[in-house]
Amino acid sequence: MTAMPADELTCKELVELVTAYVENALPPNDRRRFEEHLATCEFCTEYVRQIRLTIGALGNLPDESISLEALAELQNAFRSFRSQG
Amino acid sequence: MLDDSGENESADADLVAALQRRDESVFTTVVRRYHGPLLRLALAHHPSRAVAEEIVQEAWLAVVQGIDRFERRSSFKTWLFRILVNRARTRAEREGRTVPFSSLVSEVESEDGPAVPADRFVPTDHPEWAQWAGHWMVAPKSWGESPERALIARETRALIEAAIAALPAGQRQVITLRDVEGWPSEEVCNVLQISETNQRVLLHRARSRVRAALERYFDAESR
Repeated sequence: MTAMPADELTCKELVELVTAYVENALPPNDRRRFEEHLATCEFCTEYVRQIRLTIGALGNLPDESISLEALAELQNAFRSFRSQG
Repeated sequence: MLDDSGENESADADLVAALQRRDESVFTTVVRRYHGPLLRLALAHHPSRAVAEEIVQEAWLAVVQGIDRFERRSSFKTWLFRILVNRARTRAEREGRTVPFSSLVSEVESEDGPAVPADRFVPTDHPEWAQWAGHWMVAPKSWGESPERALIARETRALIEAAIAALPAGQRQVITLRDVEGWPSEEVCNVLQISETNQRVLLHRARSRVRAALERYFDAESR
């Protein structure tokens, strides 16, 4: 087995940088090290994919909508405020 | 006319002007558009749905009463959500649940543990694999070729909601606005009044935890 190059990220370090990576907030040098690691590590590639899938799933939660009752209450408040001037 | 993302200043000015002259149809549209995100953000502050709904109603009433004095130093949307956040924080303070103002910052500064438990990586003192220290020992298993369908199933959505509800308050607020509502980071920082760096720390922890919850689910499914 060959030893790792000195500036290679470990998997343990990579998982802590993943948010900065997907947010495009890594400095260029760290981004390069991140991508070099991904190129040779299928597990971290899977990890990054899971983070992206997680973000996608979070964005697909159903919307909350207002009850007709609450809406009517607000419309009344809006109207009565108008009538007060 | 209702492009009130804050990017289009003249649309935002039109919206505010319509509310100031008490145009009820515009008001109704705005309520319908923002009620869901407001409720989610209120729930991120207060776990009780009944209380969260009350906070949202209070915020809307504050909008009705305050719109004439709105000076457009921010977009309407930022103003609206800040009112909500202030109401929610005041309420939490009154109930003695959080330290005022500094609570998000103190949450960032408190220890939260790693994104992935340390025992899933090769330890530096491993008898045989020490040269691989920091590499996966218990690697993430694949979620399959196309997990997108499983991820939108009702069961999985409930699991994601539960994972969000279990997060500390700051993480819950940030992930709700960033990922559930899809806001850009700048808007989130504006509304929650936190720095970009602190926002990213909270987002990182929150996403890591939700991913871990999904991993437990997929692992159990494949067993």
